[in-house]
Amino acid sequence: MTVISEWIIGTLILLGALLCLIASIGVLRLPDVYTRNHAASKGATLGVMSLLLGVFLYFLLIQGHFNSRVLLGIVFVFITSPVAGHLIMRAAFNTKIPLWENSVQNDLQKKRDSEKKFNEN
Amino acid sequence: MAFQLLLNVFIAFLWMFLQNTYTLVTFAVGFLFGLLIIFGMRRFFSTRFYLYNVMAVFTLLSIFMKELIMANVSVLKIILTPKLKLTPGIFAYETELTKAWEITVLSNLITLTPGTLVVEISEDNKILYIHAMDISNEEDARKDIRDSFEKAIKEVSR
Repeated sequence: MTVISEWIIGTLILLGALLCLIASIGVLRLPDVYTRNHAASKGATLGVMSLLLGVFLYFLLIQGHFNSRVLLGIVFVFITSPVAGHLIMRAAFNTKIPLWENSVQNDLQKKRDSEKKFNEN
Repeated sequence: MAFQLLLNVFIAFLWMFLQNTYTLVTFAVGFLFGLLIIFGMRRFFSTRFYLYNVMAVFTLLSIFMKELIMANVSVLKIILTPKLKLTPGIFAYETELTKAWEITVLSNLITLTPGTLVVEISEDNKILYIHAMDISNEEDARKDIRDSFEKAIKEVSR
């Protein structure tokens, strides 16, 4: 029983650390703010969540102590990180940071341009 | 839904007072009887029997978890391929949802799906502007959002 739970906890924590590492590699490698934000907001969320789940299971199964704060931490990370990603994305777009030159489509810019024309006329 | 739940709690309290025992077990038994009564009386409510909504919330949660894992796998693939071949872009998506909380949940779900992130929601809450890592399968992404997410969210608020 303890052996199995040790394996589960070990896998969860290693997986979380690995996901965080890959997310940070993604932040270095990807070309612009928008694509970097993809890596940061997704990789880090699941990474931190599985790390925290590993910690929770360690205290529950090995130490026999139910820590509800860790569970609340998982829920808060899950709720807040997509919102943070969205806000950074929006702030970047509103300060006119350009998309990567190989980007193919930009419907939002089209809409902004048509609004601008409308206001000028 | 909230009204039926409140009524169910009220019936459970009533059961406790009738039994004159105030424990969690009696409360649970009363809650079960209340569930039966509400199920029997379901045609008098304007909304449907509320356990369906509870089930829909759980389906939505499982979709959230599944999408989070899928998104990570796809981002992982993109980052770890030696040569970056991305075609990013922003596309517009018209949503049928109207309430503010529904749109919030939808945009959170989109943010956690493989390769998409919400940039902006238009003033009239009708169009979501979504940044996608790989825009070549834009129609697929659209269909995916419409068929699975919007449907699941509508199921909760029905």
